[in-house]
Amino acid sequence: MSKFRMHLLVCGGTGCRAAESSLILESLKRELEEKGLGNEVQVIMTGCFGFCEKGPVVKVMPDNTFYVQVKPEDAAVIVAEHVIKGRPVQRLLYVDPKSKEHVPDSKHMGFYRKQIRIALRNCGFINPENIDEYIAREGYAALGKCISELTPADVIDSIKKSGLRGRGGAGFPTGLKWEIASKNKADQKYVVCNADEGDPGAFMDRSVLEGDPHSILEAMAICGYAIGASKGLIYIRAEYPLAIQRLKIALGQAREYGLLGKNIFGSDFSFDIELRYGAGAFVCGEETALIHSMEGMRGEPTNKPPFPAESGFLGKPSNVNNVETFASVPVIISKGWEWFSSIGTEKSKGTKVFALAGKINNVGLIEVPMGTTLREIIFEIGGGIKNGKKFKAVQTGGPSGGCLTEKHLDTPIDFDNLVAAGSMMGSGGMIVMDEDDCMVSIAKFFLEFTVEESCGKCAPCRIGNKRLHELLTHITKGNGTMADLDRLKNMCNVIKDTSLCGLGQTSPNPVLSTLNNFMDEYVAHVTEKRCPAGSCRELMKYSIIVDKCVGCTACARGCPVNAISGERKGPHFIDQEKCIKCGACFEKCKFGAVLIN
Amino acid sequence: MEKLKSLADLKRIREEAKVKLELRVRGDNPEGLVQVKVAMATCGIASGAKPIMDFFVDELDKRGIGAVVTQTGCMGYCYAEPTVEVQLPGQEPVVFGYVDRKKADEIIEKYIKNGELVEGIIPVNYEKID
Repeated sequence: MSKFRMHLLVCGGTGCRAAESSLILESLKRELEEKGLGNEVQVIMTGCFGFCEKGPVVKVMPDNTFYVQVKPEDAAVIVAEHVIKGRPVQRLLYVDPKSKEHVPDSKHMGFYRKQIRIALRNCGFINPENIDEYIAREGYAALGKCISELTPADVIDSIKKSGLRGRGGAGFPTGLKWEIASKNKADQKYVVCNADEGDPGAFMDRSVLEGDPHSILEAMAICGYAIGASKGLIYIRAEYPLAIQRLKIALGQAREYGLLGKNIFGSDFSFDIELRYGAGAFVCGEETALIHSMEGMRGEPTNKPPFPAESGFLGKPSNVNNVETFASVPVIISKGWEWFSSIGTEKSKGTKVFALAGKINNVGLIEVPMGTTLREIIFEIGGGIKNGKKFKAVQTGGPSGGCLTEKHLDTPIDFDNLVAAGSMMGSGGMIVMDEDDCMVSIAKFFLEFTVEESCGKCAPCRIGNKRLHELLTHITKGNGTMADLDRLKNMCNVIKDTSLCGLGQTSPNPVLSTLNNFMDEYVAHVTEKRCPAGSCRELMKYSIIVDKCVGCTACARGCPVNAISGERKGPHFIDQEKCIKCGACFEKCKFGAVLIN
Repeated sequence: MEKLKSLADLKRIREEAKVKLELRVRGDNPEGLVQVKVAMATCGIASGAKPIMDFFVDELDKRGIGAVVTQTGCMGYCYAEPTVEVQLPGQEPVVFGYVDRKKADEIIEKYIKNGELVEGIIPVNYEKID
């Protein structure tokens, strides 16, 4: 045969690779070779498909069959059944949780139906280590168009009109940022890509870099052309080894093709990119801290102004954009700003990638038009709450965001609506909570993160967050008072008002939003010494119902601290002083005699 | 790798690379394309369905017809293998039996290119449940 009749796409994202997808790739290749199909069927490693819940994913083209949770040993059956005999392997197909039917292709899966993929357009479709596949998808055509047809001012105008706003969290208009940087005169300017993704649970930047690294290189070059910079820097955390490896491969290929370097496309525009590694500090996502870290100094933020556009890396004008922001740029240039601005809401254009996590059926990476409601994301794309439990809240914006509840489910999500609802877009982490989650503990969890990640420069953030965390711990242990709740609120407002950078200005948000939406839970902890969700261990009390206890001694034998006493065939008792509330007795009792309060 | 000096160079690479990716692009949006399904169960393979499928893959490509060629399991017409189902855009699928290279060539030239029916159609004797 003169060409491949079938492509087997194997997910090579970090999640699927952790589940041995590279072994699947090798096994498939070996099976095909053994059956003499090596030159008929091509096996390709791609970036993330997004449906991480069901990974590793293998997609068969052109049949468009979507296999989930594939194991290396399944390679043989895929080749024998599907490749040779054309029979899809039923047991590897996705089963719709509602209809219980097998769904052969991704188009009919609830997870993909409402998605529009712009930033993730090539993830799960092309081989990220092959520049030709990126070029086949109109890659580097936007850069070519800019250099040959558009002036830098035209490019900035297009980005401005597209309505693209920074995807790193704050939502600052990208075109405006470029314009400011372009107007500052200097002998050297820099384009910086912020790949210091730090929100717990968010991994969209990593997935774009792993699945479509060339889109970022192209966008940075376009930005360089627009603002008059010849150097680009990607600040990426060292804990993203796969993304770094693929970026290095992409940089090498782009330079070989002359798409980076001197005189791109024979013009006088020259641009090249270097990588800068970060050690993984949340505060380095803040642009001034990021720049200091790149300069080899401590990753601490400084006052703005001067903004980086004026005085950034090494004191030169620098334009910092986030990975996902850059990922949309080439498409805006090639398809036109009109197209991009037709998607989304009035003030937030285009799409947003969200990382769905927590108590949700379909954990993964999704991209939806701005204006999609939380209900659509959680219940349609996300497939609803795990184990049929009740939805309680969703935290957007990571540790800087807030929690939204039932009453916000039908709010169209965009930058401004989220802020109005008391949360924020952030980088797009979305952690879903069910009825078993205690909101005081959730606020404490996020505070733990900010306490760790505060750089320590400003007292309100360094000391205040620590005090907030202590108060919350106090409350979850049942030692809080109503006065503590007022104290919490006051302290939150002081920290917000007096911190220098975004980290401190937003870190009290999880506390404030849970106070606003779940005051009754705080009050229950404080006045009744009770955790309504039953999750705060210190507030639980185990006791034995004498009438139900048959004296089998199972609980006493299971207790790790010998807190249970009683005669055989007689009622047993729990010594509250000794009890560590581990729940072992509750699990051991076959007669339902152990009661949890 | 050679350096790309102009947009024409980029275009040349793109056209070459597009061909290799076409299979995936078509598979994503098969509507609007000719869909050919070759029955490749044991009966099909034993009757020579494999070379017929290869023929369709190669020839449709050579003759510049945008098509998606896939396999299917046994359609139940074991007596008439190799069998091939062809679905033209927006039309009901038609199944051809006893397809050899000559018949395959005829299917491409007459049915796929011009919509002219050719000998050897197996009437549909079942209903599909979606």
